[in-house]
Amino acid sequence: MSRFAFYLLVGLLMLIGVGLTAYRHISFDVPWVPGAQQKVWDIEAQVAFTATGGPVKASLALPENQKGYSVLTENTASSGFGLSYLDDLPGRRAEWSIREAAGSQLLYYTVTMLESDNATPAAIKRLPAPQEVSWERPYDTAAAQVIDQARERSADSFTFARELIKQFDNQRQGENARLLLTQFERPELMLRLLNEAGVSARLVSGLSLEDGRRRQTVSSWLQVFAETPQGNEAVEVDAAAEDINTDWVLINPETGKQGEPDNLLLWEGRGAPMLEVEGGVNSRVSFSMIRHNEPAAVAVRNKLANDELLNFSIHSLPLEEQALFKTILLIPIGALVVVLLRVLVGLKTSGTFMPVLIALAFIQTSLVTGLIGFLLIVATGLVIRSYLSRLNLLLVARVSVVIITVIAIISIFSVLAYRFGLNAGLTITFFPMIILSWTVERMSILWEEEGPKEVLKQGGGSLLTAVLAYLAMNNPWVRHLTFNFLGLQLVLMAFILLLGNYTGYRLLELRRFKPLTED
Amino acid sequence: MLSSWLNRWSRNWTTPGALRARGVVGMNRRNIGYISKYNDRRLYPLVDDKLQTKLLCQKYGLASPEMIGKVASQFEVERVVDMVRDHAGFVIKPAKGSGGKGILVIEHHDGEEYVKPSGARITRADMERHVSNILSGLYSLGGSPDVALVEGLISFDQAFAEFTYEGVPDIRVIVFKGYPVMAMMRLSTAASDGKANLHQGAVGVGLDIGSGWAVRGVQYDRPQFAHPDTGHDIFSLKVPQWDTLLELAAGCYEMTGLGYLGTDMVLDRRHGPMLLELNARPGLAIQMANGEGLRKRLELIERQPDGVPVAERVAFARKHFSRSKEDVANVGMAPIAD
Repeated sequence: MSRFAFYLLVGLLMLIGVGLTAYRHISFDVPWVPGAQQKVWDIEAQVAFTATGGPVKASLALPENQKGYSVLTENTASSGFGLSYLDDLPGRRAEWSIREAAGSQLLYYTVTMLESDNATPAAIKRLPAPQEVSWERPYDTAAAQVIDQARERSADSFTFARELIKQFDNQRQGENARLLLTQFERPELMLRLLNEAGVSARLVSGLSLEDGRRRQTVSSWLQVFAETPQGNEAVEVDAAAEDINTDWVLINPETGKQGEPDNLLLWEGRGAPMLEVEGGVNSRVSFSMIRHNEPAAVAVRNKLANDELLNFSIHSLPLEEQALFKTILLIPIGALVVVLLRVLVGLKTSGTFMPVLIALAFIQTSLVTGLIGFLLIVATGLVIRSYLSRLNLLLVARVSVVIITVIAIISIFSVLAYRFGLNAGLTITFFPMIILSWTVERMSILWEEEGPKEVLKQGGGSLLTAVLAYLAMNNPWVRHLTFNFLGLQLVLMAFILLLGNYTGYRLLELRRFKPLTED
Repeated sequence: MLSSWLNRWSRNWTTPGALRARGVVGMNRRNIGYISKYNDRRLYPLVDDKLQTKLLCQKYGLASPEMIGKVASQFEVERVVDMVRDHAGFVIKPAKGSGGKGILVIEHHDGEEYVKPSGARITRADMERHVSNILSGLYSLGGSPDVALVEGLISFDQAFAEFTYEGVPDIRVIVFKGYPVMAMMRLSTAASDGKANLHQGAVGVGLDIGSGWAVRGVQYDRPQFAHPDTGHDIFSLKVPQWDTLLELAAGCYEMTGLGYLGTDMVLDRRHGPMLLELNARPGLAIQMANGEGLRKRLELIERQPDGVPVAERVAFARKHFSRSKEDVANVGMAPIAD
């Protein structure tokens, strides 16, 4: 190919890329920088179940305006099903129905939530009264004792709830607590005990919002009220009545920690079940989410634009796939970092694009945990691999053994980390195991052939590249640009094409060839 | 503080301008401007597989160590003993090995015990296991199955005995479009463990293309004036039969068709220069050993027409790439000591 054709191609790519980017900025009002705008979450709930052949009714709890979040738009997708939104108590629900269905079914509900500090929560219209609870024979005394103990150490409903949960703490479980746990699920047990003690409370479902997550599930939270209505009937709260206090707190039924994490969205806040399916089995609901930074008005407009027939942008894909693309679109940035470091700096790495995959793992694990995990796995792997090399195995067999070893190391470290209460250690499973195995294999051969110094050099080079790639890929500005402006991918490509043509010196060669410029 | 830092920087680092002025070729330029431009990837197997190189050498009549035989499958392993029965010394090497791995040198044997140059003895079973390891790909790139070559032992020229520690010194000549452009000799040292690998601590000695005299020595990329183990003055080194050696190197261009080629040769006491192996991606350390960049020489060759016979190409290179004019005048005559 002649030089002219090459530069024409580069120029063309550059032009189209910049053009697409500018078009998206101008016609869709997508801002260049993240931050100044409001954060908007697109959350998709996927309801899956197996229909048994008869009529089906599926009802899903829907989120409402609440502290920190307000609902912008919502959509559903469900072929063949009738749909109605139910606004009556308890809480808002979507109900899908069909006369006849068999086999596995998928229903989608998508909501756009605006992250805002001044969202007005829907008023609590009634306080749930403590329910009458019945206990089997040995459990009633155990429950009574646990409740007495918590009551002694507490001053009000909130402290009572906390003290109660503390007794079920893994380390401090008493005999009573252990007995009760054999019979009941923990969140449900807490609710029963609170009700038994006459404290007004209910179980609600919260979703942790994290950008780009897929297949998430909701977690149970205890909502404990300050005031307890008398009698066994739920009390209608009159907005005008000053004397009834609707203060409440959220308490984690597992840890007893009080207070709502910042990124928690209460999907179901009325104590009702998340999902009810009649005429189906194996029902479950999972969530995917994505965060945008844009003016709220634009979020709505984009939503409308997505419905156009001729919209081929990836922003018209289902949220689950979009979340996937958010990561995929970052890979070219990692590749660019690798090209820069190899062509311009001359850094040696073990495996050309291995650092990019490690950097992707760092995004999941956070940098420090990732670095420690990587070093632990590779170091342990090298020790074990040095024994394997004495066994004189064929290559494929040897690498397969290394893969199994790496998986074993990862499992052992996960268990150890969990035992020592280091939950961050569990993210070690995000490392790409096959890639790590090849890294161990390559490093080991390098060690045998060139000595430990070369291993340190290439290993250090790989890690440095991975860290730089991580910093570039994890930069909020980069994330914003790559996901919102697909045209930039073409610009990146043009840039890398140009770099592939660079015949000048590498930075490290300025040191290597220094003696040539002397004498 | 800033000035001392700048000082340290300038002692260890140079500028692109200074390197360009010296005509130093960097990795990027080597890859784009020479290797991918002049070396057709189709031809790589000719040099990556030593068996193919060997057969080519026989076809083109280039001197290379005598081939005793090859072993291609596990059930042939036992035949090695018969193969080497009438040869005092021999070498077993993997056809696709790299960096000198998996090479077994036997100086003499009695059919049951085999003696290595270090004096260590191995049994017939040890030797057969080594061959079997080669076949299963233990030493080949990527671990792919390989073929074992059995070659006659080179009795290397005593002229270099004082310049080497254990291993055999080899001579690397870069051949560009058939012209020898730069040469160096690699001397193994105690630090390199008898291997002739520069980055492992072997001494690289730049050789004058015009005469075969040493021009400069480097170890770990830094100047070196005497062999670190034997203490022998590097500048007293001169490669004999220089013209034959350059013609052997230059002839590899016709043989392989590769435009940018690293040729590795040794000097045999009786048979003179012999081709050991070829490299389609020769390194850049040869510039360090010569204290000079490759670029000006490569550009001069790029302007030469194709189809020039070997002898003329060698004469051209000796004329233009010589360090001193006297050497050119004395081509073919006894060397003049410095």
